[in-house]
Amino acid sequence: MNFYLVSLIKIVIVFAVFMTTLAYLQWIERKVLGHIQSRTGPLRVGPHGLLQPLADVFKLLTKEDLLPPYVNRFFYLLAPFIAVSLALISIAIIPFGPEVNIAGTHTNLEISNLNVGILFILAISSVSVYGIALAGWSSNNKYALLGGLRSSAQMISYELPLTLAIAAPLLLANHLNFRAISEGQAGYYLGFIPRWNIFQMPFPQIIGFIVFMIAGFAETNRVPFDLPEAENELVAGFHTEYSSMKFACFFMSEYANMVTIACVATVLFLGGWHPLFPAPYSNWVPTIVFLLAAFTFLFQSLQPARRVDRYTMPLFAVGALVLAIIFAIPILQPVLVPIFWFCAKAGFILFAYIWVRGTLPRFRYDQLMHFAWTFLFPLALLNLLVTALLVAIF
Amino acid sequence: MDTVLFIIFATIAVVSAVSLVLQKHPIASALSLIGVMGSLAVLYLLLGAEFIAMAQMFVYAGAVMVLFIFVIMLLNAGSEKSSGKSWFAQIAGLPLLIVFAVVMGFVIKRGFTDLRVVEFGSWVGGTAEHIGQLLFTRYLLPFEVVSILILIAILGAVVLARKEID
Repeated sequence: MNFYLVSLIKIVIVFAVFMTTLAYLQWIERKVLGHIQSRTGPLRVGPHGLLQPLADVFKLLTKEDLLPPYVNRFFYLLAPFIAVSLALISIAIIPFGPEVNIAGTHTNLEISNLNVGILFILAISSVSVYGIALAGWSSNNKYALLGGLRSSAQMISYELPLTLAIAAPLLLANHLNFRAISEGQAGYYLGFIPRWNIFQMPFPQIIGFIVFMIAGFAETNRVPFDLPEAENELVAGFHTEYSSMKFACFFMSEYANMVTIACVATVLFLGGWHPLFPAPYSNWVPTIVFLLAAFTFLFQSLQPARRVDRYTMPLFAVGALVLAIIFAIPILQPVLVPIFWFCAKAGFILFAYIWVRGTLPRFRYDQLMHFAWTFLFPLALLNLLVTALLVAIF
Repeated sequence: MDTVLFIIFATIAVVSAVSLVLQKHPIASALSLIGVMGSLAVLYLLLGAEFIAMAQMFVYAGAVMVLFIFVIMLLNAGSEKSSGKSWFAQIAGLPLLIVFAVVMGFVIKRGFTDLRVVEFGSWVGGTAEHIGQLLFTRYLLPFEVVSILILIAILGAVVLARKEID
């Protein structure tokens, strides 16, 4: 019974955090993009637009749910369901932290610990193309069909380099289990270089990491590989005919896939929850970061850019201060600090996603295919061969 | 628990298989096939073959069927037209099916007398380590032969698909 109760609690926590992340990721994206383009981003709803995700949800819920008469009704309704459920499933096997002891209960900081974890992720990601392909086909619309076709071709092509890039760190870790892969990356070379797979001897997986990230961008249909929904040529691509919550499902699945790719990259290449510095120093990093944030907020409130800043900035400062204190409590540190490091790494990758969207233009379709098959695929294969050779020798 | 899951997913597999044959539209048939493969993967998982289950999802339900769907979408194949049933199938179809099922049942019952009921979860040896061990020791020759066969098939496909340059 205890097992079911603990699992239920973990599922509720992970689901709540995941959903909040999805909602606020969009806010962060709009803010970051805004600042990259010298705008302010959302600002009207709530302080600094913080309630914008909530407003967006209400807007999407109350929009008219249009069902065009010419669609293939069954598949048209099935497609967003497939897309969103497959996108939300993968988070279940991501380990956020080590085995911890909370109030006498030993538990792993993840929902479930699969032996074939990485294969599960690959299986889900290879099936999740159906959502987009079916949406494109069942809409009976030429733009949607082209978007769906492009997306299928792109995902088939980029799955190869993605899988090959994943295979190389697996050789170093000797495991398919995410928890075992994370635990294999503990420790430091010379006392300060972390043994993450990206720095791991005998062959650091830097190339593998870059290939994985590029292929991950393509798998999630993000800029510069967002040809399935290229708005200047395909209106909105595969989701042209979708409105209201059905559109929101596709939107949510895109962001959920981004989070999954970021988490998988963190576990496979960036050492999971293991900190950048040895433990005596790294345990204080979250406290210092949040203290710095609190001081920045206070400094901003002394010279407010807008009138509301005088009231909101001190509130944010108090919030950051409370977080800093919570992270400094020694009893909570073994649970919270690994989660902080995991979230920091995944958050950095998500930031890189947005950063790239703000910087790079979209590829042309032939460039996209050419890039995958003649550059990325051989590079990933070479990386895998060299890694295998060096692992066999040493 | 295992038995309940088995009944659920075996039913899904059979229903999807029947639907695969009965559906008029190619996309619907292809999706039914994905349903069959997905529920078979769950059955493998119940038997303890976790690696095979994931490979089934990854290779068949994922890669192979995406290509099927891609081709169907690309050619924009419409629904099948019913081209008039043959009189032989109309008269003899159902009786032949029953006879076939009875004969198969009889052969299985008589020919394999040492059949036992499957126990879920009793078999260990479906992990990636076990399969890797077997592939690179006991089944090394078949494994290499199959890989060469696939390589030849890929080369053949490239040669056939290549446009004449001259």
